[in-house]
Amino acid sequence: MMNHAARTYYLVMKDVKTYYLKPPLISWGLMFPGVMILAFYLKNPTGIHDLIPGLVAMTMLFGATSVEAVVITFERRVGSLERLLMAPLSVTSIILGKVLAGVLFSLVSGLIVLLIAVVFLGSRVHGWISLAGIMVVAAFCFSALGAFVSVAVREVFEAMTLSNLFRFPMLFLCGVFFPLASLPAMLKPLALALPLTYAVDAMRTSLSVPGAALSLQLNFVILVFFALLITVATVKTFIRRLDETY
Amino acid sequence: MSRFTMRTEGMEHKDAGGTANAIEVRGLTKRFGDLPAVDHVDFSVRKGEIYGFLGPNGAGKTTTIRMLAGLMRPSEGKGWVQGYDIETEQWKVKQSIGVVPDASNLYGELSLKDNLIFMGQLYGVPRRERSRRADELLDDFGLLQRRKAPFRALSRGMKRRLTIAAALVHRPRILFMDEPTTGLDAAAARGLRKTIKQLNSEGATLFLTTHYIEEADQLCHRVAIIVKGKIIVIDTPEALKRQTRAEEILELKVEKAAQELSQALAGIPGVLKTAEEGGVVKLYISSLNDVMPELVSVLRGKGATLTSIRTVVPSLEDAFVRITGMEAEKLRSDQKEGRP
Repeated sequence: MMNHAARTYYLVMKDVKTYYLKPPLISWGLMFPGVMILAFYLKNPTGIHDLIPGLVAMTMLFGATSVEAVVITFERRVGSLERLLMAPLSVTSIILGKVLAGVLFSLVSGLIVLLIAVVFLGSRVHGWISLAGIMVVAAFCFSALGAFVSVAVREVFEAMTLSNLFRFPMLFLCGVFFPLASLPAMLKPLALALPLTYAVDAMRTSLSVPGAALSLQLNFVILVFFALLITVATVKTFIRRLDETY
Repeated sequence: MSRFTMRTEGMEHKDAGGTANAIEVRGLTKRFGDLPAVDHVDFSVRKGEIYGFLGPNGAGKTTTIRMLAGLMRPSEGKGWVQGYDIETEQWKVKQSIGVVPDASNLYGELSLKDNLIFMGQLYGVPRRERSRRADELLDDFGLLQRRKAPFRALSRGMKRRLTIAAALVHRPRILFMDEPTTGLDAAAARGLRKTIKQLNSEGATLFLTTHYIEEADQLCHRVAIIVKGKIIVIDTPEALKRQTRAEEILELKVEKAAQELSQALAGIPGVLKTAEEGGVVKLYISSLNDVMPELVSVLRGKGATLTSIRTVVPSLEDAFVRITGMEAEKLRSDQKEGRP
């Protein structure tokens, strides 16, 4: 067990060292959310406050999914993923390591937006500990989602394109720009099936922004459930892909 | 203390099927769909041996390594590496072997030393030892001065050297090498062969695949010739050559139409096989005396002008051609195309 944990940790550190400065990660993971935030701020500097929960969650989603597209798809293309598969490392350890590399990036990028909001825009944090808990589990969810997409495709650009296919609709469905309550009734079931909805909802409570539909605790439990579900699905898909390839 | 310090102690683990072989394989098969890539192969590699898998691309060499290294599940058959079952004891197999893949697939962004340290971490080399071991290997492979350079900045030969060093970090007892010298220039390939011999002299068992006949001849204690997923013959290079030496090889150099001539000569009684390459016709014959009269008449009939004629000592290449019925040219064209 210790062996697995230690090797997973080294895998995460290697990915951080190797890939955090890759161009697709900088453009999709940092620049895109940065530009979006700036655009909303310039349009309505006073109203940005209500958007902070959604913007933090969006930044985390784009950060995590972009990391996964690089650490899994890129490594498979250059053949170094095969190196990991030949090492004494379980498939679950490999996937966990990859997901955690995305979690770290997601947390750091979300934290940057959060600190800017708190320091410069006067956002108030309701409870730092609960917010930290929500951010960690949300980052895990997003990163696992990115890993799930990445194990299914071959190329980095395919992973990015496929990610965008669900990332962009999620921005509009999950309460990032407007609360869930104002969503047309027919789209609500779809919104409820997406983890970003619960992350944004929980962050509204944590950042003292009105409009949260569920309690913090319930959001947290649902996000944990999503994180586990997507991680298991990713490991299973990865094993199936390996069987097909090898 | 040896330079590469492979681990040769602690060989007291259980034996595969009652033998003390480093690798033991029985009926190993891998099918992709209905197509068998490796088809019921049986072989065993003795401890301390350099064992070569010789064959063209697509013969099933890499697939065999992948099954033995725990990357691929066999469709059928059994295999043991260092006494561990390749299906049920994958973890132990992986921990006790080093694999040098055909591509130099280390991390381009990481420095040489960081690459080796990462491999040490993956294979559970104790923290205190990692850095020292990395320096030791960098020194052994003549890369110490460039230890801080990123892997992607290296030449092809240097990349290959580091890829081998990376497989040795945890001091494995068995080293698998897939096409170790493919893509290297002659000097780099020569250096690498020297390294392989040295690793072996220090106690390592080496299993290597190659489509270079001379490489198999120079390096391997025993060679298995594999074509289309089946092992055709297993023997020492010497014995394989001896097998061919029972025959004679006659080399004719002609001015033109060598191919046409080669076909015409194939019909002569006593000619076992002909091969043509670059204006030289090779005849594999049972006896010079039996063939000569008819040979002269065919040459005369075709109006062929000979520039030289000689009998040659069979090389491993000749043995390969004789045994597989395959032109040596086929192997060479594979080399030019490189691997997919």
